[in-house]
Formats: sequence, structure tokens, C-alpha cells
Amino acid sequence: MNAKVIVRGKAQGSLLVAKNPINFLGGIDKKTGLVHDKKHDLFGKSIGNKILAFPFGVGSSVGAYTLYSLKYNNCAPLAMICLKADLTTASGCAISNIPLVVIDKHDYDLLQENNQVTLDAIEGKIL
Amino acid sequence: MELTKEEEDALDGKQGETLALAYRTLVAIGEASNADRLIPIEWAHLSGVNYNTIGDAGKEFLSSLSTDAKFKVKTTVNPMGFDFDSVSRYNLDNKFIENQRSIKDSYEKMGAIPSYSCIPYEIFDVPKQGTHVSFAESNAAIYANSFSGLKTNKEGAFSALASALTGKSPCSDLRDDDVRKPNLTIRMKVEPRDELTYGMLGYFAGKVAGSSVAISGVSNLDRRSCKSLCAGMGTSGACGMFTFGDEEGEKIDFDKNEMQKIHDELNTSEKGDLITLGSPQLGLEEIVDLTLMLKGRSFQKRCMIFCPSAIKGQIRDLGYANEIERAGGELLFDCCTCLSPLVDNKEVDSVVTNSVKGAYYLKTSNKVDVNLKSLKRIVEEETK
Repeated sequence: MNAKVIVRGKAQGSLLVAKNPINFLGGIDKKTGLVHDKKHDLFGKSIGNKILAFPFGVGSSVGAYTLYSLKYNNCAPLAMICLKADLTTASGCAISNIPLVVIDKHDYDLLQENNQVTLDAIEGKIL
Repeated sequence: MELTKEEEDALDGKQGETLALAYRTLVAIGEASNADRLIPIEWAHLSGVNYNTIGDAGKEFLSSLSTDAKFKVKTTVNPMGFDFDSVSRYNLDNKFIENQRSIKDSYEKMGAIPSYSCIPYEIFDVPKQGTHVSFAESNAAIYANSFSGLKTNKEGAFSALASALTGKSPCSDLRDDDVRKPNLTIRMKVEPRDELTYGMLGYFAGKVAGSSVAISGVSNLDRRSCKSLCAGMGTSGACGMFTFGDEEGEKIDFDKNEMQKIHDELNTSEKGDLITLGSPQLGLEEIVDLTLMLKGRSFQKRCMIFCPSAIKGQIRDLGYANEIERAGGELLFDCCTCLSPLVDNKEVDSVVTNSVKGAYYLKTSNKVDVNLKSLKRIVEEETK
């Protein structure tokens, strides 16, 4: 499928797909990558070393630094796929060098958890 | 986005990882906001200076960035958490002080002018009309667009930082003259008026407006009311500028009823243990004005007054600082009401202020109650 590139790069790995938006500042443990927001559908799972798909980010723009901490602590996602690029997620991926793309709703609904995908965030393709 | 050869090279890391990071940020934000290219900016004003706003991760990020990064254009910075010259008078934990010092050092190492002020438009010379700048402080971005004839988006901490490192910004939103033209007019219907009513008007406008809004029924604003309007607007939404007068399109009234709703939202106490003046910080004009109002009177409780250190020498030399201190006011420089670690909810339950922006952050971040009233009423009711 085609994707709009927000932050360039390439990644290969298994998909983790969220239904709910993510608040990086409040919802993710920056030392482990575990989702610790009890109301989130990914609660208890780690976003580390996965290709993380989620609708968009919410909450404070300081959440961008959470992504930077995750990268620093080796538990950041390999790449991220969103429905809409919010500025917090876009800046967080940019400063942490995490590839980020945006896809449309139809394609997002086709993403399946644990599927192995290759994300080419230079050409804008997900295979 | 279309990039030049030079920009592509920098993005690919051919000029080092720091510039690659800065360009990645500009391109990411540009793609997310549908920019078609990057354009030069002449001045960046950065937020994310107070340790309370960026925490340990922010401190570490800046420290690592500052090992080789240098700002390419004039770069000024927002207030810190406290005033290094007077911090010993406050019971502030040493860890906070050290963390704040690290952030201060990182910005200065990269070449920031140590302004620590949220009113850059008042203390620096303003470039010529139509100049593009990148202001991350919301009241300053709105003031720059609406009063100073400059062009900026309501930048975030990262876009302004990347602009400082590259001298560029994505060309989107308020950098486009079509977007700057408001399609909504707010008719100001409240009388009488003071800086607090204008602050609440701004807060209302920020909630209902898009990128730009027109305000009718307002003229001859003094500096205090201008700043209050910009700060209120920056607090409640994404709106980044206003114009005065009627525009075509939708019209909404700001009347007594709407104002009461906002007052009820922000005013949670009928009294306060402490007074804070300055969000935005008070410039020379407002300090002169305050000194006149305080003539022969004294505060009956602690009153913290936040200013940029750019006016410190002037207000001391001209005798204003003495007069304010005689009246019991505490002058603090380089910091402001918002996210101040100096207002501790273990020591105070409620704070008196005339700032809508201050009230919002005192409630949401410091978690204290707020008694919101105009400066005139503060002087009448809190001094003798």
C-alpha cells in the first residue's frame, strides 16, 4: 500500500495495531516502552521494536521527548504508521529518527497485528 | 515538499547529524501541515526552557544537542523556572536548580541570547513589516502577527528549535496571506473594559476561531490589554492572529453572558494567599504604571511581580524597583507565573492574579485555586 512520508527511513518488523490514539507523555512508560494507560487497548503491551500503527497522538507536545527517551532506552518502535500526523508525533519521530508515514482509513483497517511488514518511508510504500 | 539540493543534502546527513535532525523536524512538521517548501526566517524564539515544561528527557536532549549545535539566526528564549539571582530566597529543591542550570547552559552554548522572556516583541527591536520569524511562545506569536507586522505560525518547541538551527521554517498556515485573512468576526459587546475583560475576550476567541480571527468594536488598547488579549487567545486554542474590524463571513458576539462563563471556568476562589502579576511578564511601561498605582499604598500579602531581566537595570536606575519593593512587591526576573515552581500548592491554596493565562496554568499545573480580578481591583482590595 501507498503511504505519505513524514519522517524518512526504512524498517522491517511485526505490526502492533492500536484502535485508540496514544498520549505519549501520560500513556507510555519511557523506560520500558510498555503502555501503562489502563484505558488504552494496548494496555500492558510493549511498543518497543515493533512497527506501531495508531490513529494519531494526543496530549502535551512534551510527549515528543518521550519518543526520544524510548529511543535512548532502546525500546522505541522501529517505525510508526498513523492515520493523521499530529505535530507531537511528527516532531518526536523526527528528533528520534523513527520513520513515520500516514496512510488512509481504508488501508489502516487492513493492517493486522503480528503481520510482518516492510516499511519503506523513502518511496512511501508498505509491503 | 520540494526541497533544494542543499536542503536534501542536509536532510541526508551530509552536513552532520545535528542538521539532519533539524531538517527532519522541519520536513516532518511541513509534511504534517501541508507545506510545499521551506522559507527563510530571521528570528527564532524558543519555548521549552523551564525545567517544569520539558523534564529530564528534554534536559538530556538539549544537553546532547548542544555538544555541537549552533543557532544560525537570532535566537531568544522563554522564561525559566526561577531567577538565579534570587533563588536562595525561595525554598526550592537543589535538583530543580541544577536541572534548570543545565537547560540554561545548553541553550546559551548553542548561541541563544539569554533573554528568558515571554515578551520578545517588547524588549527587542522588531524587524521590518512582513518579516518571517518563528515564535514558539503563543502570546508572542499572536502579538507578532497581530501588532508587530511579523509573520509566524504558533510554533511548537521543536519547530522553533529546528528553525533556530537552520534559519528556515515550513511555509504553511499563517505564512500564507490567504490563511491570514479571517473568516470569523467576534463582536466585542462587553462594557466597561479592562485588561481582564480583554484577556477573557482572547480566551473566548481562541476557543471558537480557526487560524485567524477578526475582532470588532475594539480600539485604542493600552499595552496591558494588548498583551492580555494575546495571552488569553494563545491559552485556549490554535488561533495564531487577529485583526481589528469587521470581516465578511460568520459573526459571533462576545457578551456579558459569554464572559461570565469564562470567568466561572477560571475563577475558583473569592480570595487568595498570594498575588502574582506577570503572565506575560511586565515590561517597563507596565512597571511605571504599576508604580503610579501603588503610590502611598502597600500590599497586604505577598505579591510576586515577573519581569524580563532586560529592564532590570532601567527600573532600578529610575527608582521604580525601589518604589515597588517599598510597597512590598517582590520583583522576579527571567521567570513568570506559568508553571512556576515558586508557587507550591503545599504552601498556598489560592492565588490572586489579573492574568487569564496565569489563571489557566495555576489551576491546571500548579493545582491551586485562582481569584481572577483586574489590576485596578487588586490594588484597591489587596493594598492599603
